Amino acid sequence: MSFRGKVAAVGVGLAGIGEAPGLSHLDLTAMAAKQALDEAGLSFGDVDGLFAANLQNIFGPLNVGEYLGIRPKLSEGTQIGGSSPVAHLIWAALALDAGLIDTALICYGSTQRSVAGKLLSPSTSEPLIYEMPYGPRYPISSYALSTSRHIYEYGTTREQLADVAVAARQWAAMNPDAFMRGPLTREEVIDARMICDPFTVRDCCLVTDGAGAVVLTRSDRARDCSREPVYLLGAAMAHWHRQISQLPDLTQTCASETGPRAFEMAGLTPADIDVLELYDAFSINPIMFLEDLGFCAKGEGGPFVENGGIAPGGRLPVNTNGGGLSCVHPGMYGIFTVIEAIQQLRGDCGDRQVEDAKTAISHGNGGHFSSQVTAIWGNEETL
Amino acid sequence: MPHPLPEGPDERYAAYLAEGRICIQHCGDCQRHVFYPRLFCPHCHGSSLTWREVSGKGTVYATTVIRQRPDKGGPYNLCLVDMEEGVRFPGRVEGPEPEDVKIGMAVAARIKQEDGNPLVVFDPS
Repeated sequence: MSFRGKVAAVGVGLAGIGEAPGLSHLDLTAMAAKQALDEAGLSFGDVDGLFAANLQNIFGPLNVGEYLGIRPKLSEGTQIGGSSPVAHLIWAALALDAGLIDTALICYGSTQRSVAGKLLSPSTSEPLIYEMPYGPRYPISSYALSTSRHIYEYGTTREQLADVAVAARQWAAMNPDAFMRGPLTREEVIDARMICDPFTVRDCCLVTDGAGAVVLTRSDRARDCSREPVYLLGAAMAHWHRQISQLPDLTQTCASETGPRAFEMAGLTPADIDVLELYDAFSINPIMFLEDLGFCAKGEGGPFVENGGIAPGGRLPVNTNGGGLSCVHPGMYGIFTVIEAIQQLRGDCGDRQVEDAKTAISHGNGGHFSSQVTAIWGNEETL
Repeated sequence: MPHPLPEGPDERYAAYLAEGRICIQHCGDCQRHVFYPRLFCPHCHGSSLTWREVSGKGTVYATTVIRQRPDKGGPYNLCLVDMEEGVRFPGRVEGPEPEDVKIGMAVAARIKQEDGNPLVVFDPS
């Protein structure tokens, strides 16, 4: 089964990136959705497939559908953490290709910053009874444990981790939408307040408000939309565990499975990818995903990112919007990996635009390195 | 009752702990140990799990320090311990300063009372 090139993104929207006082997550979601539909030359009335999971509604599609006045023929709200909106691409592609729906709206919004502490939280709604008595600080401590093992096995350094955050900030400095754009040095990352060894606060993603939306349709219809289509060339998902104590090798995620499967569907290899958007909840994430997705060998992610390896002008453009570390992270970041990839392939990115970008990867992560979803995009030339 | 319910594995584990025994499950089909407790083996999906007491010997697999202000109790260790039987326990090493807990450190399990419940923690061995 392959849906290579059968569906395309025809509109994207962003709203409330950073702080959005006085607005609800549904308000922000609606603003992003309207923008995405306007770009496509479509309206709310055209949406017959709704894909929405968030951290403020248990029944996400119901709340979002009701607010927007959409009565979908098909909806999907799978909640596998921050990767969920990337996973929704797969279901949207299948439903579009099967003819069950004609227009898919994938959207996510959160007011995590403004309503601090009022999100649906695993620590209150879902006690993990074998880990929680030890006082983990979810999700940071799970990623910190993984990082300790990466350092132990591969000699990954404190400086290499810091360079991930520095690169993100350098990209963010060129993105007017990014929440944190001021200068940041390796030393400032390392000397920042320690949260959970070896992570300082600058190794950890932001806590912001924000919403994002993407509109997809079948490729034949996409050519009639206002903006040039960006085609979904391949996508794959996997999950191996919920709790970090159940992941056998803490230095390898199931991105090692989703990468090869997505590349196979796309008919591409890592060497063919021009832009990478890798879910950076913490500074270790891009290092692990570069390895697991096949952009470098296992254990070589640290040297790969060191000294500007993924910064502007480096060997590979990674997290060109500034990522979850410096642009936006409203609870779940997945949708933003999708939006930035699409914008890069349309040439919308101004100062941070990657020249001649024809292919891009959106990689979503969820839980505690638990769920991984890889999507590969291409412009018209790549079909 | 035509379909009697099995004993709850979480309750069984807690009951052993309350007796002062750290017990995990062993799969009679694939001969691997299982933790946390379940009704089916997650390795081979067999249903012949029985309980065995662990030796208590383990090695620190991964470790971190959760930083906290002194007035809130100060920093503490959080780690994962690979037990001799091949299962991994979440836990905490007590004794050393939290940052002195190292990967590869040999540790021994101990049951302590915490917040009114028995809890497995680890000491350097």
